[in-house]
Amino acid sequence: MNNLGCARGGLPLLEGVSLRLGAGAALVLRGPNGCGKTTLLRTLAGLQPPLEGTISAPAEALAYAAHADGLKPTLSVRENLAFWAAVHGQRDIAPALTAMDLRDLATRPAQNLSAGQKRRLGLARLLVTGRPIWLLDEPTVSLDTASVALFGAVVRGHLASGGAVIIATHIDLGLPEAQELDLVPYRAKPRAMPGGFDEAFI
Amino acid sequence: MIALLLRDLRLAVRAGGGFGLGLAFFLILAVLVPLGVGPESALLARIAPGILWVGALLACLLSLDRILALDYEDGSLDLLATAPIPLEGVVTMKAAAHWITTGLPLTLLAPVLGVLLSLPAPAYGWLVLSLALGTPALSVIGTFGAALTVGLRRGGLLLSLLVLPLYVPTLIFGAEVVRRGADGLSVATPLALLAGITLGAAALLPFASAAAIRINLR
Repeated sequence: MNNLGCARGGLPLLEGVSLRLGAGAALVLRGPNGCGKTTLLRTLAGLQPPLEGTISAPAEALAYAAHADGLKPTLSVRENLAFWAAVHGQRDIAPALTAMDLRDLATRPAQNLSAGQKRRLGLARLLVTGRPIWLLDEPTVSLDTASVALFGAVVRGHLASGGAVIIATHIDLGLPEAQELDLVPYRAKPRAMPGGFDEAFI
Repeated sequence: MIALLLRDLRLAVRAGGGFGLGLAFFLILAVLVPLGVGPESALLARIAPGILWVGALLACLLSLDRILALDYEDGSLDLLATAPIPLEGVVTMKAAAHWITTGLPLTLLAPVLGVLLSLPAPAYGWLVLSLALGTPALSVIGTFGAALTVGLRRGGLLLSLLVLPLYVPTLIFGAEVVRRGADGLSVATPLALLAGITLGAAALLPFASAAAIRINLR
């Protein structure tokens, strides 16, 4: 990612962000609320075009986990996960169920899960995508300490197998090897967007 | 892509999926119209093709905002947009799932309701054929409307206003097929135009829908 700038709601938020992530590397994005962590991750995931700069990672290598988990309340845990596995051309969901400790919940409809259990299911989705670079937006929201440790272990396993992770978070995931990137210095100066697309007309 | 179709069908038939909503609406309309206009069967037979087509169209319209809005709210749409399936394929599957859960049952139910409206006997075959040809266009056009309004909260009204004018050609030619069929005239021209609308919409609109979703997800 080179000299990246991105905007949210027609307002430039970040500019000049450059970073390089090798296999097995983790990067933690820091910064106060509203400084552009989510926007940066959405831009990286290809959900919105960057204002300037380039992303050199191929879109097929990136798996994005947002605040919303993309779960269907009337489908069971297994059905939800099997759907995302099928979409990504994978078949085996058992390792993901085991890794996120969802084995006992497999037949429960997602609407009966607690917030933390839903989150665990949402994160298990990352494992069935089979993609090397994970973009995680506050992955630990509503997880208890044990689940955070569980997820930390999953992330470490992913890194050990040659993956890479970019995490926006406020808490410590127990990844001492992770680099940190504070987004505050990259904050964009207020300016009019050149040739901006006005989406406010609707 | 088949996984997406199967998931949408499964969601539609589970609790709260809204599978029967369009059908129930169609049934209610066909039962209420004879009560409203009176039992005179000559009059009913004249208006039956139009009523049945308008009913099918409105029943389709009822479930349009579910096509994409639910996926947008729970974050699935973001994840589908970053998945290996092209977004054009996603909207095509969504439209197909909508047609299987709405258009197809409406087509099968329509001849039964034709009896309630004393539809002339020669028209039944044309009614089923015109609905089978025309309702896929309603689903595809409706998916386009849903894609345009996907980011809006309570966008249902705007969606209906956007989509209704686009439904007009389908309605005109669809009802014309049934009317001509009832009168024993040649139906070739409206039938060809109806098929043309459906094929054209199915070929072109998924690209427009995918583009609209990409803009709305920004």
